Amino acid sequence: MTDASEADSIVEIRDVHYSVGDREIFSGLNMTVPRGRITAIMGPSGTGKTTLLRLITGQIKPDRGVILFDGHEVPRLKRRELYALRRRMGMLFQNGALLTDMDVFENVAFPLREHTDLPESLIRQIVLTKLQAVGLRGAVRLMPSELSGGMARRVALARAMATDPDLLIYDEPFAGLDPISMGMIVRLVRRMNNALGLTSIVVSHDVQELAELADMSYIISGGKVVAAGSFGELRAHNSQIVNQFLEGLPDGPVPFHYPAPDYYEQLLADREPETANTSTGTGS
Amino acid sequence: MNLLRELFETLRAFVAAVGAVTLFLVRVLGQAPRALVRPGLIVDQVHNVGALSLVIIMTCGLFVGMVLGLQGYDLLQRFGSEDALGTGATLALLKELGPVVTALLFAGRAGTALASEIGLMRATDQLTAMEMMAVDPIRRVVAPRFLGGAIAVPLLTVIFISIGIFGVQLIGVQQFGVDTAAFWSQMRASVDMNDVLEGVIKGCVFGVACSLVAVYEGYTATPTPEGVGRATTRTVVISAVLTLILDYMLTAVML
Repeated sequence: MTDASEADSIVEIRDVHYSVGDREIFSGLNMTVPRGRITAIMGPSGTGKTTLLRLITGQIKPDRGVILFDGHEVPRLKRRELYALRRRMGMLFQNGALLTDMDVFENVAFPLREHTDLPESLIRQIVLTKLQAVGLRGAVRLMPSELSGGMARRVALARAMATDPDLLIYDEPFAGLDPISMGMIVRLVRRMNNALGLTSIVVSHDVQELAELADMSYIISGGKVVAAGSFGELRAHNSQIVNQFLEGLPDGPVPFHYPAPDYYEQLLADREPETANTSTGTGS
Repeated sequence: MNLLRELFETLRAFVAAVGAVTLFLVRVLGQAPRALVRPGLIVDQVHNVGALSLVIIMTCGLFVGMVLGLQGYDLLQRFGSEDALGTGATLALLKELGPVVTALLFAGRAGTALASEIGLMRATDQLTAMEMMAVDPIRRVVAPRFLGGAIAVPLLTVIFISIGIFGVQLIGVQQFGVDTAAFWSQMRASVDMNDVLEGVIKGCVFGVACSLVAVYEGYTATPTPEGVGRATTRTVVISAVLTLILDYMLTAVML
């Protein structure tokens, strides 16, 4: 990694290893998130995409390796320093994670009330501006339980933007949305990134939406980055796993079947599945 | 050998749990001054766990007092000491029944609500979202609820005892005809400030214990429907057992 590219990046991940119990999630992960761009992180389910976000935001610490946010080594920060850093990040959770005892207005105002002493009139203006940007100014007094999934995510996006962060992180922003809501979120992510000069990280496995959205993409599998670049570069990649993922093929390097005893033997054997032959494969 | 190993493991788990709760309490108390800066959050919680428990506390206080009146009168009239009903029942309510029953009712009504609320906030990523907004959930969510509970229980205890004494009077004086003057004057003569203080101290200690159990169980709940359900159940069980153990210890010290 050159110094120039480091200076141009907001997040740097170098040789990160992370395990949960005996299961190794990352084994030497390297990644650079360029400043001012939209970076997509993709990969099959269970490859640790959300775990990677939790590492970047300091919710968990790697076993070893370096994670830098704007030059600060995230795993080494004390709680107070980490919180100071997080004020420069916004995160959009898959389910929105709105505070259910507050209405839409109070949810968006929450970070402003917690971190600033702004007068109520200014807080109101900021909140209405953010809600206008996501098209929900008319929903200020609705409670989270009255919002659809797409609306909840747009409110969460307004809340994430309330303190004007440098980095916005989206965890599965398209999951479970209808095509209209999905299109809205895609346009919002792009518009916010360009208009506010943000950097965005989008974790998802919705290839079509990301192809439209991302400036830079990473595909993670087996604890490492298996491909990186623009969507055009990824499509030209000769790796089987990249092709399987981008084409949505049901079987390939990522097997359709979870490792199991031999199918034929298991059907015929008069034994409990646990005690059957444990050789892997789907049988003939 | 297996039995010994299991015993050792159980003991180790118990010590680890006590250590974890103690560290959690230190964190909560560390954030308490910052939570006190925004008294509105604490007042909201005193309302949530206290004011909304009033009906159940008052109803139970009345009936506990009435039962105490019935049983006390039945016992005392065998010795011709019905006039001592006010003293006996008041001391029982002040020193034991008031604080203990209030704590048990609080654990069942408000403790479970606190544990499930915080557990559900964990399960729906609301606490993580707060952390991501650089807001410490211990300061914003846990400390106000803990302090609200710790303030509410002694207040509820005083209300329970007051209503309980009214219930005793209702049965003893109104129903069985115990002399009103004797009922109240004997009570005033025999019950001193130390007895009142004992009830209040117990109320405070039980309030801290039950609130701590509720917020700890909620905060550390496994973020699944089963996990939140288990945390709620554990809140009631642990609070009840802890209240009775603490009651014995406090009684032994203050007697």
